[in-house]
Amino acid sequence: MAGTAVRGRLTWQVATVDEVREETASVRTIALSVPDWAGHKAGQHLDVRLTAEDGYTAERSYSIASAPGEPLAITVERLDDGEVSPYLTEELRAGDEIEIRGPIGGYFVWTGDNAATPLLLVAGGSGVVPFRSMLRHRHNLGSEAPIRLLYSARSLPDVIYRRELERADAGVAIIYTLTRQQPPGWTGHAGRLDRRLLTEAAWPAEQDPLIFVCGPTPFVEAVASGLTELGYPARRIKTERFGGAEAP
Amino acid sequence: MTVRDESALDGNAIGGLLLEVFGTEMTAAVAVCGSCGAAGPMAETVVYLRAPGTVVRCRACAAVLMVVVRRHQQNCVDLLGLAALEPV
Repeated sequence: MAGTAVRGRLTWQVATVDEVREETASVRTIALSVPDWAGHKAGQHLDVRLTAEDGYTAERSYSIASAPGEPLAITVERLDDGEVSPYLTEELRAGDEIEIRGPIGGYFVWTGDNAATPLLLVAGGSGVVPFRSMLRHRHNLGSEAPIRLLYSARSLPDVIYRRELERADAGVAIIYTLTRQQPPGWTGHAGRLDRRLLTEAAWPAEQDPLIFVCGPTPFVEAVASGLTELGYPARRIKTERFGGAEAP
Repeated sequence: MTVRDESALDGNAIGGLLLEVFGTEMTAAVAVCGSCGAAGPMAETVVYLRAPGTVVRCRACAAVLMVVVRRHQQNCVDLLGLAALEPV
């Protein structure tokens, strides 16, 4: 059986880079063409594998930034001590090829089936990437599901997809908190996403919102425990953690 | 005991590995801890990718649920810490 691809199993595929777009100083969105892409759900991710000339390989997971049905794209934040992200954000050019496998994940996904359920999306830094897929999915479906995106970023220039988020559809509220630096005249929130801000921004627990939290591990731990203390049941809180990033 | 290590990730991070090992989507599968009996989605377990091999721990009691070690393109999978694992 060695070398035989089992039908339906996860196999590495070669993806061609169509475009690399600058989102912020350290973040790029990479549009990919994959001949046999099976399609994905909002919130899923894919694995990227890089192989060095000596055969050494490094694998990382990246959230899919595009909505179901749209051309595949990932958004990658450069980590200065990273093995994979500096290559993806600085070296990669249109026409290059990388190995990927996916789509992956069935838990941290939003299908858009239940438009009556309010959604709370809580993002720390590049944790906003799967939520961009969900927001685009909502738009493409014409869904009226009420959504609040609570987005913690270091500063305004660090906000990923800022222009797109400014044009959010009716029924979608974007609430920023800037933790390190606020522009002059900033009237939004400042500082860490604490219990006070969660209380203010989250849907009341009686509305039984479905909650997704994505960000670096310490961010997700703090938000998830804050939400639990505020009375949101753990079964309604879906979390996804990633490593390596600075506190958002 | 709770796990408070900033390098820890969660079961979403091993969605690809689990798919490789089990041949089906497993992040939403319900894992039952053999030590404390806590049941929850695999996605909410505590995962260490930088241990020797991949180590999956219970979020409630920190007991080891699963260890996967890769050698020569083969995955060696230890599920002894799991009482049950049910795909949904």
